[in-house]
Amino acid sequence: MDVLTFTDRGIYCPAGDFFIDPWRPVERALITHGHADHARPGHAHYLSTESAAPVMRHRLGDITLDTIGYGETRQIGSARVSFHPAGHVPGSAQIRIEVGGEVWVVSGDYKIEDDGLCEAFEPVRCHAFISECTFGLPVFRWDAQDDVMAAINAWWASCAAAGKTAVLGAYALGKAQRLLAHLDPGQGPILTHGAVEATNAVLRGQGLKLPDTVQVTAEITAKTHPGAIVLAPPSALGTPWMKRFGAVETGFASGWMRLRGVRRRRAADRGFIMSDHADWAGLNAAISQTGAERIFVTHGYTSVFRRWLETQGYDARIVETEFEGESVDTQDPQVAET
Amino acid sequence: MQRFATLFTKLDQTTKTNRKVAALASYFRDAPDDDKLWTIALLSGRRPKRAVNTTRLREWGAEAAGIPLWLFEEAYPIVGDLAETIALVLPEGSGSSDRSLSEWIMELRGLAKVEEPQRKEAVLAAWAGLGPVERFVFNKLLTGGFRMGVSAKLMTRALSQATGVEETELAHRLMGDWSPDTVSFESLVLTRDPDADLSKPYPFYLAYQLDAAPDNLGAPGDWLAEHKWDGIRGQLILRGGQHYVWSRGEELMTDRFPELARAVDFLPSGTVLDGEILAWREEAPLPFNALQKRIGRKTVPKKLLAEAPVILRAYDLLEVNGTDLRSAPMATRRAQLDTLFADLPPDAPLRLSPKLSFKSWDALADIRETSRALGAEGLMLKRLTSPYGTGRKKGDWWKWKVDPLTIDAVMIYAQAGHGRRANLYTDFTFAVWKGNELVPFTKAYSGLTDKEFREITAWVRKNTLERFGPVRRVTPEHVFEIAFEGIQESPRHKSGVALRFPRMSRWRHDKPVSEANTLEDLKDMLALYG
Repeated sequence: MDVLTFTDRGIYCPAGDFFIDPWRPVERALITHGHADHARPGHAHYLSTESAAPVMRHRLGDITLDTIGYGETRQIGSARVSFHPAGHVPGSAQIRIEVGGEVWVVSGDYKIEDDGLCEAFEPVRCHAFISECTFGLPVFRWDAQDDVMAAINAWWASCAAAGKTAVLGAYALGKAQRLLAHLDPGQGPILTHGAVEATNAVLRGQGLKLPDTVQVTAEITAKTHPGAIVLAPPSALGTPWMKRFGAVETGFASGWMRLRGVRRRRAADRGFIMSDHADWAGLNAAISQTGAERIFVTHGYTSVFRRWLETQGYDARIVETEFEGESVDTQDPQVAET
Repeated sequence: MQRFATLFTKLDQTTKTNRKVAALASYFRDAPDDDKLWTIALLSGRRPKRAVNTTRLREWGAEAAGIPLWLFEEAYPIVGDLAETIALVLPEGSGSSDRSLSEWIMELRGLAKVEEPQRKEAVLAAWAGLGPVERFVFNKLLTGGFRMGVSAKLMTRALSQATGVEETELAHRLMGDWSPDTVSFESLVLTRDPDADLSKPYPFYLAYQLDAAPDNLGAPGDWLAEHKWDGIRGQLILRGGQHYVWSRGEELMTDRFPELARAVDFLPSGTVLDGEILAWREEAPLPFNALQKRIGRKTVPKKLLAEAPVILRAYDLLEVNGTDLRSAPMATRRAQLDTLFADLPPDAPLRLSPKLSFKSWDALADIRETSRALGAEGLMLKRLTSPYGTGRKKGDWWKWKVDPLTIDAVMIYAQAGHGRRANLYTDFTFAVWKGNELVPFTKAYSGLTDKEFREITAWVRKNTLERFGPVRRVTPEHVFEIAFEGIQESPRHKSGVALRFPRMSRWRHDKPVSEANTLEDLKDMLALYG
């Protein structure tokens, strides 16, 4: 019996009568993490991890939200449900559902490398694994975070030495804080766009350690904060908002920066290869560690990755969803509101 | 190779022209002469002969990466570049090479002469010993096409800064038929006498697009106007009893157009013409289609010569009696051209591009409307006092094309792009109505803004009806205005027509699918303009 089915509203568990990350309004939604394509407004009841809850409330407002700790088990109907770290962003989870001894896991978005900020990915044994494959091609391989951060800090230093402000584009939830946590505050002031700072405040409020930042306001310019680095959502790059910083260099951190063509399309001065999604090796390692025989791939290079999994002996299928993964082009909806 | 790889990284890491020029100039100051020469050759499209065919490279790349070939082949179009794809899939490499760029190129040329097993061994060894950027550069040398986001113009500017040789003079020196085997850096860049090489072309002068009516170009009397012919831009050189034909891309096309050999019978040696090569019959140009069959053929079969004979329709005179005429005003050059052509018999493969007479910009606008009927793309406007420049420069030469033809069509298939557009849906198939059926008639890839491509990408993901490999059939819901330059009958297409330069000119949010155009409308256009 299938523990989960795939409907036009989202991934559904008949035994527990709930959805996971649904994209149309439902009665009961279990949410893997707070990104807009997974945590949507309009559901009657939400369930997320305790550490995902503050961001969910911040983004979705007054919702009916129940929380659960990592590894804690909850019975919903005839389904036993538990949440396990996905390593994607702070609070993100894979959701394990067990019905009559059959175990399925919905990964949400995940990455394997411990980024030192969010709860590190833990493999969960299961019979069927529902996986993203945003970067499901062998051309995607990430360098170690320490190396990427060293390159980013060096870039910041060279900008400062040239009398320029470094402006680094990063998503307001997740990537921005990951970068922030590993920038070297000794090099100069760290300024933040309002959309980034709002999320910083929420995460600091729940105890995450982040370096001190200064939110950019009308009075703040390159003169008041020379040698600064600015963390801003990608959509703020190249807008009049940046004028206050005078001469700038722009950087952009994303897994897509691995491709030269995309780097050129983004037209940032520098592209840093850093993603909160698993690379090719990461996807393969994660899938193998689940011990699952059935794999459903939801978003990314699904047809290629499915075929690859089949040659590796898996029963692999594609599931159409409305998840978007990491895109260089998607506008972060939080920015429009700020 | 380190130095060249570092240069490549610097050029690749910036979008700013000044910084690119600075990086190149500094390279041209410091690198050994042989490397400089090869760099100039690579950046001006003179690449070493391909030593390994790409099929083998793909196989070896997949093998070295430990992935099946089909998986490599899936990744390649998404990356959009073979050299890059191989560099990305190879296992981690951190080596570096002390050998210079020119030494590597010599090594690669040596590969062409050895048996395949040794060739493979050498390529795999190179991959194993090089770091990521050097590998990419090495692969680029192997596969030939070297584009580093640097135009010939930027390269020339940087070289000028490094050597002190004036830019226009340098541009001329770098033209023509040379390779690093036949020249040295010294003889090409520093001391070259262009006259020594009879085949050497002049840099082409290029026009800018005029987006509105020419009312603000000043007095109409200051301008020469002619039709813009839809052929292949060419420079015909007659020197020392020989003739040479150069394309705008600095390709020697002499053998492709044997008809032009007879030019030496009609014009004196020491003449250089700029004009448009056109397929020609009964004193009128044939459609571009006819000429297209001759592009890409090194030699031409008799049948094709008879079907699509070419002429050069000349519009500028760059050299007369062996003297460079480029600094003379347009009016003078044109007058001399007219004199030169005055008594040419009709069997000469040469025609003049007629001057258009007009009293006002309005009158010229009316003439422009007749372009399509004459087989022209629109008008050219050239300031009578202007010298013949180098490259694309604003101000003196303008092209004023006719408005494109348009048709409203329904999007029915979508496919993701590659390279720059790897994760966006950018390649679409469009259909028009035939009764109640939607008949596909064209593909289009360009014309939308980045924002619109993002919007349509999100929509495609949610409105896929069916998948055929990378192609998605989508709900017929969106109407786009497709603009194109011409229409031809085509038995190969289901619709029976083929368009020239189709692109999306507007997203018709205002139009329901039912109001898209019909196949009948297309057929009417074919009857009018085909």
